[in-house]
Amino acid sequence: MTYIAKPKFHHPGLPKNDLGYTHRDYEGKISTLCAGCGHDSITASIIEACFELSIEPHRVAKISGIGCSSKTPDYFLGNSHGFNSVHGRMPSVLTGANLANRDLIYLGVSGDGDSASIGFGQFAHSIRRGVNMTYIVENNGVYGLTKGQFSATADRGSKSKKGVMNTDNAIDLVAIALQLGASFVARSFSGDKTQLVPLIAAAIRHKGASFIDVISPCIAFNNHAGSTKSFDYVREHNDAVNRLDVITGRDPITVDYAPGSVQMVEQHDGTRLALRKIDADYDANDRLAAMTFLQKHAAKGQVVTGLLYVDPDAEDMHTHLDTVETPLNKLEAKELCPGSSALDKINASLR
Amino acid sequence: MSVQSPISSVNDFVVRFANVNGSGSASANELFARSILRHGVPVSPRNIFPSNIQGLPTWYEVRVTEESHLGARGGVDMMVAMNPQTWDKDVASIEPGGYLFYDSTKPMPTSKFRADINVIGVPLTAITNSTYTDPRQRQLFKNIIYLGAMCALLDMDPKIVEQLISEQYKGKEKLLSSNVHALHLGRDWALQNLKCPIGLQVKKADKVGDRIFMEGNSAAALGAVYGGATVCAWYPITPSSSVAEAFTSHCKKLRHDPETGKAKYAIVQGEDELASIGMVIGASWNGARAFTATSGPGVSLMTEFIGLSYFAEIPGVIMNIQRAGPSTGMPTRTQQCDIIACAYASHGDTKHILLFPEDPAEAFEFAAQSFDLAERLQTMIFLMLDLDIGMNHRLCRPLKWDDSRQYDRGKVMTAEMLDEPGRDFGRYLDVDGDGIPYRTYPGTHPTKGSFFTRGTSRDRYARYSEEGAVYADNMQRLVRKFETAQDMVPRPLQANATKPTKYGVIYFGSTAPAMDEAIGLLEARGHQLDRMRIRAFPFHSSVASFIADHDFVYVVEQNRDAQLRQLIVNENGIDPVRLVPILHYDGTPITARFIASAIGDHQDHLKVTPLRKAVS
Repeated sequence: MTYIAKPKFHHPGLPKNDLGYTHRDYEGKISTLCAGCGHDSITASIIEACFELSIEPHRVAKISGIGCSSKTPDYFLGNSHGFNSVHGRMPSVLTGANLANRDLIYLGVSGDGDSASIGFGQFAHSIRRGVNMTYIVENNGVYGLTKGQFSATADRGSKSKKGVMNTDNAIDLVAIALQLGASFVARSFSGDKTQLVPLIAAAIRHKGASFIDVISPCIAFNNHAGSTKSFDYVREHNDAVNRLDVITGRDPITVDYAPGSVQMVEQHDGTRLALRKIDADYDANDRLAAMTFLQKHAAKGQVVTGLLYVDPDAEDMHTHLDTVETPLNKLEAKELCPGSSALDKINASLR
Repeated sequence: MSVQSPISSVNDFVVRFANVNGSGSASANELFARSILRHGVPVSPRNIFPSNIQGLPTWYEVRVTEESHLGARGGVDMMVAMNPQTWDKDVASIEPGGYLFYDSTKPMPTSKFRADINVIGVPLTAITNSTYTDPRQRQLFKNIIYLGAMCALLDMDPKIVEQLISEQYKGKEKLLSSNVHALHLGRDWALQNLKCPIGLQVKKADKVGDRIFMEGNSAAALGAVYGGATVCAWYPITPSSSVAEAFTSHCKKLRHDPETGKAKYAIVQGEDELASIGMVIGASWNGARAFTATSGPGVSLMTEFIGLSYFAEIPGVIMNIQRAGPSTGMPTRTQQCDIIACAYASHGDTKHILLFPEDPAEAFEFAAQSFDLAERLQTMIFLMLDLDIGMNHRLCRPLKWDDSRQYDRGKVMTAEMLDEPGRDFGRYLDVDGDGIPYRTYPGTHPTKGSFFTRGTSRDRYARYSEEGAVYADNMQRLVRKFETAQDMVPRPLQANATKPTKYGVIYFGSTAPAMDEAIGLLEARGHQLDRMRIRAFPFHSSVASFIADHDFVYVVEQNRDAQLRQLIVNENGIDPVRLVPILHYDGTPITARFIASAIGDHQDHLKVTPLRKAVS
């Protein structure tokens, strides 16, 4: 259980990042999820991405809803504040937190029940508003905590562990996020850490609404033949369009890319994203093409992964609201309260 | 019908305008009310409007009251009947000897009038049509023309009305002169063709003083500005929408950085009430002062989050502008019907703090105070207004602010405090017995003070636990915290009768002006009552002692189920027999006449010797 203390010992030679932190400084409590759960791999990828970006752990706010996925923020970044809120309502809580302090990094962790069913509306509206966040859905197509009911991302025709066929159409959160104007959209697979880690790192560095759909097989209830969210199925049908290298400001480009094989994208904060093309025709800056590509490949039963869309000129909610640079939670009475003389004038105007 | 002498009254009467909504009458009617105020005579106007944009009946009632009886009075002394749809009902509502003002362009059958009222016909349509050709102008200026005629009939000073028009159309000379022209068209016609003035008259007085004329919703929104709210998340719902709109306009004037022009606030219109309260909770968790404004249906939607706020101890402010429920109910009618719903909102054992302002001035004060209370007590605060206070202009004392006042940010542990040797931070640890633990804002310290906020049970150090003893310990602390709140919230105000009495009355919120007036009416009938105005829940100990000091106490409220009475009985263990419910719940504002009649009848009944009744 989560009250089990994790030992603090670590190898003295454990590598340190620019801030002098080791991996261990980005870990949280021991996971209580099932052994082999895809979600634990995502947790490991978040830890890896934050370590590589040399983020101060306490500058991250991790917010989740309810479900297996939403428990995971307790298992990484133990020095960050976390908020395990209400089922399907992570996006609004995160939006409010972001309104209060624009300087923190916001990591929203959700599941397919949390985001595609009960919280579908909140998912959509937080994306619409361009909240500066990294929104990760740990997508297993099933309700694990309540023992195996289909979720809204389960593909039509896929089978439950009990052998029941799903007859409802699936919601593709990536397609919806693209349509709603998310400025960073990716899909990955919990079993492919080399793909996932740089995607999370790039999303954190993106200033705007970043959305990552991570297919994360449920070892207990959705990893059987007939499931389209099992390890075997996703491995066989994974159609990665690109591989990503995240190059932060200080790093020189050390890798030589063959001409035409890489799409370079520079983000607001100077981070460069080198997209090594797997599909030569895929353009990650073209939202419309991305939507068409996804639909065509989905129809063939393929799971398209990679950085699917990025808008290097993204704007966030604070830009739209034109809020002051100082976080609102740092403003004090003298900056907020207009005082008695202003009130006297208001009184005079009301007579 | 007997012949009635016309009602004769100076500075004490009720005029009601019956209009069709969307016809532009609202601004003319408000101009009428403001003009009387400028005569130094208090008024109490009320808008009675439908949940509709255009075409349905709407009324605007102006109580002219030199004695400052600002509650609704009931009854109409003069009806300005501009709506054929409601004609019969409008004519029937006039007091005997009262006045009916109508558009006499087309002749009306005598059956449409009453013999015991005074009929004043002005051919408004004929005057308008002979002057204006544009249909929209005809519509709008007709309203100003009847205002002009009223001016002559009630002997109002036309210069005062002109002055108000000039203030309203400052810089728009063309509109100004055409409105003044229309005003005189009506006034001159009345002076030439009617006996002016009638029995109802406005005479200059000096009874307004330094009071201001303001809507409660705007005052509450201004209180949020003064109280340091930086985040407002809301979803449109009548009658609360004007809170967020007023907050927006106040912030535009008062909250932009003078150098950069940037906003020192954020207002988000949520996709629904769940998102709105979620944003409030997220922002408050992160150390900003945040609020939402809503009404009953919105509170119903928010209840899961309200429970989270209670249990995870996250501050927040909900302004509930109550309307008649249940369900969609009567969205544009007033009630005090969410007392129980808010006091115990959400599943499980919960209790919440409610504040009951009586008027805009108190709405301003309580709104500002609610943010201090929310952060001090780390819980949700409900500011309980209603449509009557929220959406009507009310004359009230000027708003005041003490510049030496500091915000109370509550128990927040800073990085420096966390670094103090021996300092023990437990998010749910009660270090000094008041039931309130310390919290930290996210991002405070690299290695100390972080915790995992959750709606699940946890121990004093915010560690997940389903141990029964740990859970009960936390729930007990929350009770202790609620007891602490009792002495922090606004105390009840008590006023004793002129003579010693065994009877008392408890009331709250928008009932206040009607109650104050009813006390006088009851005294005239020989009934003495001590009164207590409750201003917050949890109830201060003086509530129980007030009840103990009297044989029984009337509880006057605007709902069917005597919700405040239930709350008092439930929370203070009072014998229900000692509390007599006086209930008004038809959606109209409670009146002094209603209260005096209901309490008076009950008191008269007490004077009957029960023995005689038993024998017979």
